[in-house]
Amino acid sequence: MGNQNLRPPTIAVTPEEYSQMSMKATPKPTMVKNMIWAFGVGGLICAFAQIMINVFRHMGLSAKEASSTATAVVIFLGALFTGLGVYDEIAKRAGAGAIVPVSGFANSIVAPALEFKREGFVTGMGARLFTVAGPVLVFGIATSIAAGCVYYFLHR
Amino acid sequence: MEMVIPAFIVGGVICVIGQLVMDLTKPSFTPAHTLVAFVTVGGVLGALGLYKPLIELGGAGATIPLSGFGYTLANGAMEAAGTRGLLGALSGGLEAAAVGIAAAVLFGYLVALTFNPKG
Repeated sequence: MGNQNLRPPTIAVTPEEYSQMSMKATPKPTMVKNMIWAFGVGGLICAFAQIMINVFRHMGLSAKEASSTATAVVIFLGALFTGLGVYDEIAKRAGAGAIVPVSGFANSIVAPALEFKREGFVTGMGARLFTVAGPVLVFGIATSIAAGCVYYFLHR
Repeated sequence: MEMVIPAFIVGGVICVIGQLVMDLTKPSFTPAHTLVAFVTVGGVLGALGLYKPLIELGGAGATIPLSGFGYTLANGAMEAAGTRGLLGALSGGLEAAAVGIAAAVLFGYLVALTFNPKG
């Protein structure tokens, strides 16, 4: 037993307690900053989409058409700015503010496809397009089918 | 410019929730996990009828975050299940979300084709 020669600890805290104490003592200024950035950028993207919806409604589109057209435009812009290398710079600061809107979904589609471009049109870009979109679609579609089935059996 | 301020606030709050999820979970919980969580939670809230009030309140602030995509899928499946039965439950979600999925695949591939990776 080598640790017999060690002096007893001067403060009676277990390693677990100590790690909890140090977590409490560590300041978290970045978390508040991250939240402000996420709120501002995420809010701006949604406000911009709402302005588009209002314009499309004014042009005579139905509420559903206006909403899905605006979504498609936000997806297009998210993809385009990812291609231009701008979106990832915004996401560094804005975090979830850039990731959670559908433009972030477009970013998660383009970024890996672009990264693996040299692996070809099919197994490179075609497959990597779904690195993140794949799981999102799997869980989204599965949830929707479950919701549809539950609705069917409850309202039969 | 109706609904623009509510869209800003609701969309901002949903993104703050996403930021908290990202900051308070382990690094192994990647942005991909956050996106999957949002689409699933949006679908479940939609199925329970809790997401629609949020859209009425915040418009694009609730439809543009990925939770709105989950809502669109679940809502489409439930509407189709009401009119066309179990076959509708299977197809309704994708039908309702088709514009978003098709746009994401098309624009995603075109952009990857057009641009080259940095560095």
